[in-house]
Amino acid sequence: MSMSETTMPGRTYAAAKPRATPQRRKRSLKHSKWPVLILFLPPALLLFTVLVILPMGEAAWYSFYNWNGYGLPEQWVGWRNYQLIFRNGAFSQALINNGMIVVASILIQIPLALWLATMISSRIHGALFFRLIFFLPYVLADVAAGMIWRFVYDGDFGLVGGIAHLFGAEPPYWLADRDTAMYAILGVVIWKYFGFHMMLFIAGLQAIDKSVLEAADIDGATGFQKFRLVTLPLLGSTVRLSVFFAVVGSLQLFDMIMPLTGGGPSNSTQTMVTFLYNFGVTRMQVGFGSAVGVVLFVICVTLAFSYKRIFMRHD
Amino acid sequence: MSSTIFQFRMFSTAAAIAAFSFSGANSASAESVIRWMHVEQLPAAVSLWTEIAKEFEAKHPGVKIEMQFLENQAFKAKMPTLLQSKDAPSMFYTWGGGVLKAQAETGALRAIDTALDADGGAWRSAINPNAIDGLSFDGKVWASPTKSGLVSFYYNKEMFQKAGVDATKIVTWTDFLGAVKTLKDAGITPIAGGGLDKWPLHFYWSYLAMREAGQKGFADAKAGENEGFMAEPFVKAGQHLAELGKLEPFQNGYLGATWNDALATFGDGRAAILLGFESTPGTQASNSTSRKGLSEDNIGRFQFPTIEGAPGVVTDSFGGLNGWAVTKNAPPETEEFLRYMAGVDVQKRLAKDTQIMPVAKGASEAIEKPLLKDVAETLAKETWHQNFLDQDLGPNVGAVVNDVSVEIVSGGLEPADAAQQIEDAYSLERQ
Repeated sequence: MSMSETTMPGRTYAAAKPRATPQRRKRSLKHSKWPVLILFLPPALLLFTVLVILPMGEAAWYSFYNWNGYGLPEQWVGWRNYQLIFRNGAFSQALINNGMIVVASILIQIPLALWLATMISSRIHGALFFRLIFFLPYVLADVAAGMIWRFVYDGDFGLVGGIAHLFGAEPPYWLADRDTAMYAILGVVIWKYFGFHMMLFIAGLQAIDKSVLEAADIDGATGFQKFRLVTLPLLGSTVRLSVFFAVVGSLQLFDMIMPLTGGGPSNSTQTMVTFLYNFGVTRMQVGFGSAVGVVLFVICVTLAFSYKRIFMRHD
Repeated sequence: MSSTIFQFRMFSTAAAIAAFSFSGANSASAESVIRWMHVEQLPAAVSLWTEIAKEFEAKHPGVKIEMQFLENQAFKAKMPTLLQSKDAPSMFYTWGGGVLKAQAETGALRAIDTALDADGGAWRSAINPNAIDGLSFDGKVWASPTKSGLVSFYYNKEMFQKAGVDATKIVTWTDFLGAVKTLKDAGITPIAGGGLDKWPLHFYWSYLAMREAGQKGFADAKAGENEGFMAEPFVKAGQHLAELGKLEPFQNGYLGATWNDALATFGDGRAAILLGFESTPGTQASNSTSRKGLSEDNIGRFQFPTIEGAPGVVTDSFGGLNGWAVTKNAPPETEEFLRYMAGVDVQKRLAKDTQIMPVAKGASEAIEKPLLKDVAETLAKETWHQNFLDQDLGPNVGAVVNDVSVEIVSGGLEPADAAQQIEDAYSLERQ
């Protein structure tokens, strides 16, 4: 040691440094942790408590009462509101519909977005234009999109009615039919959000190292092989993120449905949030509505955390 | 230095106390503010109200009236918290029924009986008693009636003539179903319906239930007697509605149509009948594709038919009933202002300029349009005024009635199950 010190002072210095650093960092962490915590945690904690934890706790409390919002909640009903939720046919329909939206997103919307993204992520002529066009629906407010599509689907004056008249057929009224209304809504959901997923994929595609694809080219891979064996695995984290957004978006879907069908006909297009609004808010059943809110919260938290744990662990 | 501050404090406290006692002693001459909360969007109505408020202010120095507007849905959502806060308005718009009752039960409101009975009951005796009854619970009047309404059938005279239907011959429900069939056979869509909004179809169930049960049967059901809403008349009402549904009387896609769509369907002449409000002859025009709609002389009106052998009579009417509720801490002049608003002269002006159905006796003279006049005369002779069920039975049961009405008419629900659902919901309210 002493020899090396004398012969190679530079190395001694370099070797000594890593030994000292962890100790110093540990010490500094110990000392600096609390002031930082005390300074920066309270604002965020306060906001989170006031805006998230307190309302959630309040909703949980109300959910055990039969209460219309007037006066104080006094009529304690125990778990009755929760029993009513799970006995309500409209709620199970809402759960099914939320599931359908997720499935349609995974089976139709995301593949479509991925396909379009692979086509227009390369610098071909007009790519930018198409990116803009495909992204436009996402920019629209949900309510506006719902109102536009209500008109499109209209059998008397809308586009669908017009096309039917053109062929001399009886115009369909998809939004007025229990069996077709949900599919009509799925169409709008896909139309509205595929552009958003496409943008995610374009960003993901641009992050892929070109040299990997070049190497595949040199190895003689076909276009499809390149996509399946190189692009898709490298896009994995983006796809998982996309699915996550689709799940969360499905759970939040509300303002597009209200102008389209309002959850009808016969509750065939309720989602959990429209159910909460239609059965809790407009009926002034604050207790029942709070119980729906709690159920929705539990579902959201469970889905979000388990999805992150299982699928997005490495992202 | 410190003593100066002390003195200053003493002085300001004394001033505050003096000011407070002064205002207390002279509540009439000091500024007292009536805060008036409404949901009216019609510019003609708001400007007339403003004018009326100004007149009242001129006659009552020291009283100031502030109008506050909230959009309908926002108003309904905000009212529960607003009434319990110190920002509660002095008087606000009400549709009566279960919501008004719930508000009264919290102690947030002040009954207006004392004012109604002052001066030998001058105010009370000037108002249509059905309107006062409609806003009373537990023996007290909780709002000052301001307007009434009537739901009845409007029809396209040309279409009826084309199909050979005589509207004056529609007296019973069987007659009505016969007219629907005749219209359909003539290739005419009989009825315009708004199934998306649901409540336009709840008119049918409500009227049928009123006709089947009669006033006493309805009151019994509300009180929970004779199996409540599961009693026979209510099942029968559903069966009558199902009979109508089986004839497929509505325009294509009616389940996805809003009330405005139904108005357009009627106003464009795409359907012959519409069960609507007193204002429907006007709104069908503004909602039609051409914005002109049917001309008023092409529109006829008939009462909802009666049912053979059932106790309900043709003069039992179903329609809105609105008033102004007074809050607990409102200035005493609020009742005085409401009395002025409900006076026959003001009611006449309201009826003339804003086309409402007045509640003050004799005010309907001011109505000029023949269809409205006809409604006003019918209301003047009414034997029972039933408020809209989503108000009267409360928003929750009302929503159930709306739901089951659409389900029955579209064949998705058996009448007995529908009656059960209504009773299930209402039994919780009775507790």
